[in-house]
Amino acid sequence: MLQKLRERITATDIIMWAIGATLVAVILYGSAATLIKGAYSGSHWVDFIIFGLAQGSIYALIAMGYTMVYGVLRMINFAHSEVFMSGPYTAYYFAAYFFSSGLLDAHPVLSLVALFLISMATSTLIAVLLERIAYRPLRTAPRLVPLITAIGASFFLQYMFRGFYGSGFQAYPVIRGLEGHLALGPIRVLKFQLLIILAAAFLMVALYQFVQRTKIGKAIRSVSEDKEASALMGIDVDRMITMTFVIGGAAAGAAGVLYALMFKQVHFFMGFIPGIKAFTAAVLGGIGNIPGAMLGGIFLGLVESVGPSLFLDGLGIPAPYQLKDAIAFTLLVLILIFRPTGILGERLAVKKA
Amino acid sequence: MSSALTQRFPGINYGFIGGVCLVILSLIGMVETFNQREIISEVITMGQTLLLLTAAFIAYKGASRASGTGQAAVIGLTTGLVTAVILALLVLLGKSVNMRQVFINASPVLFQILIFQQEELWVGILLLLLAGLITGLAAGLLARVSARPRSILITGIFTLTFVGMLQDTLSPVFSEWGALSGFNELLFAANGLSISGAVGLFTAVIAVKLLWNWKSASTQTAVRSMPPQARKRLNLVFAIIGVFVLLILPQVLGLFLSEVLTIIGLYVMLGLGLNIIVGFSGMLDLGHVAYFAIGSYTIAILTSPELGFFSFTFWQALPFAIVMGVVTGILICTPVLKMRGDYLAITTLGFGEIIRLLVLSDFLRPWLGGAQGIGKIPKAAIMGFEFTRPQDLYYLILAGCLLVAFIAWRIRDSRLGRSWMAVREDEDVAQAMAINLVSTKLKAFAVGAGFSALSGAIFATKLSSVYPHSFNVMISINILCVIIVGGMGSIPGVIVGAAALVGLPELLREFAEYRLLVYGAVLVAMMLLRPEGLWPEAQLARELKGDDATAETNNQTPAAAGSQS
Repeated sequence: MLQKLRERITATDIIMWAIGATLVAVILYGSAATLIKGAYSGSHWVDFIIFGLAQGSIYALIAMGYTMVYGVLRMINFAHSEVFMSGPYTAYYFAAYFFSSGLLDAHPVLSLVALFLISMATSTLIAVLLERIAYRPLRTAPRLVPLITAIGASFFLQYMFRGFYGSGFQAYPVIRGLEGHLALGPIRVLKFQLLIILAAAFLMVALYQFVQRTKIGKAIRSVSEDKEASALMGIDVDRMITMTFVIGGAAAGAAGVLYALMFKQVHFFMGFIPGIKAFTAAVLGGIGNIPGAMLGGIFLGLVESVGPSLFLDGLGIPAPYQLKDAIAFTLLVLILIFRPTGILGERLAVKKA
Repeated sequence: MSSALTQRFPGINYGFIGGVCLVILSLIGMVETFNQREIISEVITMGQTLLLLTAAFIAYKGASRASGTGQAAVIGLTTGLVTAVILALLVLLGKSVNMRQVFINASPVLFQILIFQQEELWVGILLLLLAGLITGLAAGLLARVSARPRSILITGIFTLTFVGMLQDTLSPVFSEWGALSGFNELLFAANGLSISGAVGLFTAVIAVKLLWNWKSASTQTAVRSMPPQARKRLNLVFAIIGVFVLLILPQVLGLFLSEVLTIIGLYVMLGLGLNIIVGFSGMLDLGHVAYFAIGSYTIAILTSPELGFFSFTFWQALPFAIVMGVVTGILICTPVLKMRGDYLAITTLGFGEIIRLLVLSDFLRPWLGGAQGIGKIPKAAIMGFEFTRPQDLYYLILAGCLLVAFIAWRIRDSRLGRSWMAVREDEDVAQAMAINLVSTKLKAFAVGAGFSALSGAIFATKLSSVYPHSFNVMISINILCVIIVGGMGSIPGVIVGAAALVGLPELLREFAEYRLLVYGAVLVAMMLLRPEGLWPEAQLARELKGDDATAETNNQTPAAAGSQS
């Protein structure tokens, strides 16, 4: 019987590897064809890459929340995308006020910092409430239960904010100091994209140092290793779980402002796609692994901005940019199938998946 | 809140929760929108009922922890008062500052509703506080009433709310019943129940409940003591009555309600399909819409003259649609065979989205119609009779539902069904018991996908056209909600869930913008309060209940959480 079973599994494995190989071949052929055709110049590719880096660093910040919560609770916080949305959407009203009162033009740095703080505070508040109300009572429930709760909470929050602020797109005010290009040697970079990359890098380093160096960070890591042993070592497990949500919420709130700076608008549904992308990023890097999430985010951002033109254009597919989300989802599915532990992952045992 | 204060007045924290809930309900605009409908004409509107019931529920929850009637009353009163004070603060704030620039629903109309349309602000505020006190006291006392009369009262209140809410659907139906239309005038006013109707209905519900309580035990023993043959005959009689009711339903209910029934029917099929994957086999599939889409698109491609590849009739195309669904199910299942729980959910979600994005793209437009979809799908026909009106389609969908439910019911108790449940309980143990995981899981996906493809096929001929936008991730979530609310793994539960979550929102169309909000809240509340669903499957319910019991004892030691998998 066991022999037979083993044979069957290898058969499906073979099929899956065949699918994977075909996809890789298609990607290689497409890239080669695109490059030979030469439809894009070098500066196009540079633009794509910088755009990808900016977008990827936003994904990376959101992915931190997913990965840390997965680390301590072993659950996917589906509602994290709404934690991400709540911050910039609330901060929008302050941004509009700063703009109309002239503060935004007079003190751009000050008002940006204020916007960041407001957004981070809102997202953190939502994340903490979410943990307290929806997740804490279910900590010992079967795995499916908190997952469904998270899906429900995600929809509830989305439509709650829609009820508060309305269903329209709100245009974020433009900050004049961030318009235009900046020449870095031979490369011309859009100023706001540079700001996004730098701010995200700073935040990621800061958060990583916080988790690695401080006592709270150490306690969080210990809780994600083993809750029981941590409790015996005198760590307040509940408080550390809340702290995890605080950190994840703050990172998501900051990512939200960066997202609003990049795409210049906010909407109650804006969290869904970046949320799934960030989850993909977290899985890519190995869920539960913080540097992995950062790396995965940036990699995903690059694939998404470079991929459609590079892989698909050469195959003669019209309007390849429409398929960028499909590329991200395909990447997610492929990673989950072929390397569920992610690029840097080692934490996740096969059993847990 | 200091703990000394909550110790002294134990209702304060509940009041605070209640106040925040009501403020949220007001600010998201639910109160104002719901106020268009009246529950009892000229007495109470739906918006007010929403606020009252929410406040009463929270006060009831608070008071049910009290040890004596006096304490329960005090907790109820404090909760009601604090809730009302917080709401009053919102009114005062809204009256003095223009909140609309941020909260678009904080309109003067809303604040007028909250202070009972009084001209004088302070009179309104006083009324609001008084209403809070009375609600809190009533709910607090209700918590101390013994179980039986309490359940009678609660049933009465909910029946009144329900019937009053559906007045504008029920009233036109009743008025067409000839001799019975006098009943309609007695029960309903122009908007909501009439006062006499409300009193009459309440009495009737109480009478029925009393009779039920009085008779049910003796009837059950009487049925149980019957000889098996007589019992069989009784069951047959009930089955015949049931089928008869199902058959004449659309003729009695008219066009609009038949349309609602058809939509419920489509969701019943989808729900039964997902129920096999999630409920029976325990694999969380968030991309279920994919099979629905495959069924619809297969019918569209094979029958529509717009594309011109094929010109099958509906019945010729139907087998292909189902086979395509089954094949897709197997194809999607193959790569996810080794995944469990969260990863499976996300992967299937990804598959669902990939299919939608591909259909939507310009790349596949010549074959799949792109964003414009495919139109001119012919109606299904039997010997020249076309299923066009909702009343006719109802029979097609009813046949589909009965078929699907029958198959699901028969499979559940078969060897295959048992292996699905074994896989749900524990994959490793199931494997050790010589269950072939690969083929069991593949079969679950194949059957589930086949059911949903059937639903999709009927959906395509119902609308005569298919668009990629009809197949977004919300449909998957809706189906999931249907089976969760109904009770995972339970076949009648799916029907109850579909009626509650799909039928009710269709009847309350003007509140459509709050549909997903309520879904989200219902999902969370279900998982927190009643994870086994409305009509639970016996075994799963035991399991979830058992887990709850251990959860409560484990609450003191947070450490126990880590070992769950």
